[in-house]
Amino acid sequence: MSHQSTYRPTGPFTEWLDKRLPVPRLMHDSLVDFPTPRNLNYWYTFGGILTFCLISQIVTGIILAMHYTPHVDYAFESVERIMRDVNFGWLLRYAHAVGASMFFFAVYVHIFRGLYYGSYKAPREVLWMLGVVILLLMMATAFMGYVLPWGQMSFWGATVITNFFTAIPLVGNAITEWLWGGFAVGNATLNRFFSLHYLLPFVIFGVVILHIWALHVPGNNNPTGIDVRGKQDTVPFHPYYTVKDGFALSLFCILFAWYVFFAPNALGHPDNYIPADPLVTPPHIVPEWYFLPFYAILRSIPDKLLGVIAMFGSIAILFVLPWLDRSPVRSLRYRPMTQIFFVGFVVACGVLMYCGGKPAEGVYVLWARLATAYYFAYFLLILPIVGLIETPRKLPDSIAKPVLPAPALAGGTPIGATAAPHTDG
Amino acid sequence: MLKATRTLAILLAAGLGLAAGAAQGAGEAKHPHAPPGGWSFEGMFGHYDKAAVQRGFQIYKEVCAACHGMEYVAIRTLGSPSGPGYSEDEVEAVAAEFRVPAGPDPQTGSLVDDIGLPRLRPALPSDRFTSPYPNDIAARAANGGALPPDLSVIAKAREGGASYIYSLMTGYQEPPPGVTLEAGMHYNPYMAGGQIAMPPQLVPDRVAYEDGTEASVEQMASDIATFLNWAAEPELEFRKKLGFMVISYLAVLSLLVFLAYRRLWRNVGH
Repeated sequence: MSHQSTYRPTGPFTEWLDKRLPVPRLMHDSLVDFPTPRNLNYWYTFGGILTFCLISQIVTGIILAMHYTPHVDYAFESVERIMRDVNFGWLLRYAHAVGASMFFFAVYVHIFRGLYYGSYKAPREVLWMLGVVILLLMMATAFMGYVLPWGQMSFWGATVITNFFTAIPLVGNAITEWLWGGFAVGNATLNRFFSLHYLLPFVIFGVVILHIWALHVPGNNNPTGIDVRGKQDTVPFHPYYTVKDGFALSLFCILFAWYVFFAPNALGHPDNYIPADPLVTPPHIVPEWYFLPFYAILRSIPDKLLGVIAMFGSIAILFVLPWLDRSPVRSLRYRPMTQIFFVGFVVACGVLMYCGGKPAEGVYVLWARLATAYYFAYFLLILPIVGLIETPRKLPDSIAKPVLPAPALAGGTPIGATAAPHTDG
Repeated sequence: MLKATRTLAILLAAGLGLAAGAAQGAGEAKHPHAPPGGWSFEGMFGHYDKAAVQRGFQIYKEVCAACHGMEYVAIRTLGSPSGPGYSEDEVEAVAAEFRVPAGPDPQTGSLVDDIGLPRLRPALPSDRFTSPYPNDIAARAANGGALPPDLSVIAKAREGGASYIYSLMTGYQEPPPGVTLEAGMHYNPYMAGGQIAMPPQLVPDRVAYEDGTEASVEQMASDIATFLNWAAEPELEFRKKLGFMVISYLAVLSLLVFLAYRRLWRNVGH
């Protein structure tokens, strides 16, 4: 950790432990006395919310796996048994299925927040790249999880997605058959997807620990994007941000609970309550809502291989984002031109999501193509060029200056002593 | 404060907007509608109209069960107080009216009876509503090549749910000019593609309701849709009650945490 440890063992046992395995010290320094910029807004509460989502998915998932049967003849029935015969099985399954959607909702907010406030820029490139790794792992996990109930969308979604790999020249078919464990999506596929669906969340958990580690070395970014310059700019993580994150998490849980209890199937597709049938193709095969933008990018390119490259490229490009954005200023608050292009980027993502859920015909194709072009142009043209030509607004001198009165600043006020009455939130 | 409220409003709108983004069109079929007055099981305090579920079960038993099974629904669940709510004796009597595969004969080991058909026995409450056909081939052969779908989760497996079932059952009509039906098909605009193999089932007084309700087509369609919604979502009443308690709890918790947050940050500029 980058800051001085303030941990004091509370008794003989913790003192003994501290000299052998200083876990309490690690926890204290990362979750209690971690100096955090005092100006983080609600967009910054999604890191905590995402941790909650991951743990919730792992806990509900482990219990579901106790009752689920990964076999093409029994999977659908075992899910219905969970819904009907397992005590609170419906709650576990709905919390897990809705939880996946909530997880993606939160992760997209978290990513857009990072894009807006420039959290990917030096010295946080590795932190950002680990986040992209987590996103990729989440996508793989969610995709394989959706296959497990073995409904029509499970089967046909798996067929469409695994068929991407046949686009690889020369070895495409061999790779796809290797992934399937046969000549079509079948029992072997379902079994390995179940195995990997159980494994990957723990891999995500590991990368999340690295992500938090990489966060705690440079410390949090903040809405101004300027560096922390001293103690007056920060507050300890606990209790200041545990309570703020806790409030946001509680509101998030209300949204989560609303879906679980009152609209548990609103985010899914009705066809997935029809048992998988390899002989009947659904009229419109659509992925879950959180994959729709990428599905739209895939379909907006008329060539199969190039479409697959564009789809994977739309995520791969995030890895090099820290070096594409040339502006010396992090936060878009102070970048008037980029701000406008950013709004366009959010709109383009919305258009892609909308078009991904529509049949690839008529005007939807045109919209999806324009939005795809903008998506890539934002990273490859706008950010590299605009960063060099725009004149940033004047940055504040420090994080504390706009919010603390001058005498308090001069004295390096301790937290909560004589600071100004707050005006925001 | 104002900015924080705005942030939360944006997030809430986006979160609730997910459902709109996720709703997919189900093809060219006509949009289904609920009966006048809507469904008692919709909304935050939704509950099943027990009499309607019982009448719906009577239709399932006397009409639908001739072709459709409900392989995931156990007969014992008819006793559920948040569903049909039959007494234990009533459930046993209902079970005895159904026949389920009996397995091999204990003496001879034979799987068929003395006319060569699969051996059957009266059902027990622990049995499911099995398909009346021994297998899909037999089901297709008896229905002009069409497979009557299992009805366990049909209300969740179609866009529109109970309203779809209601609209479909009341929606049969003469094909509009220019539409040529395939052999053995019937015109119904609520079916994707407009053609359905199942002939119209509901004519006035198709069943004589045990509770004396007049068996109009709309009444029967509404009752069977209610019953099938219960079959698909037997947990619905409990789920919504629990949901109300969970959200009330979270609302109070949010308020308390918010007050704690305001108090803690009162003198901290940020």
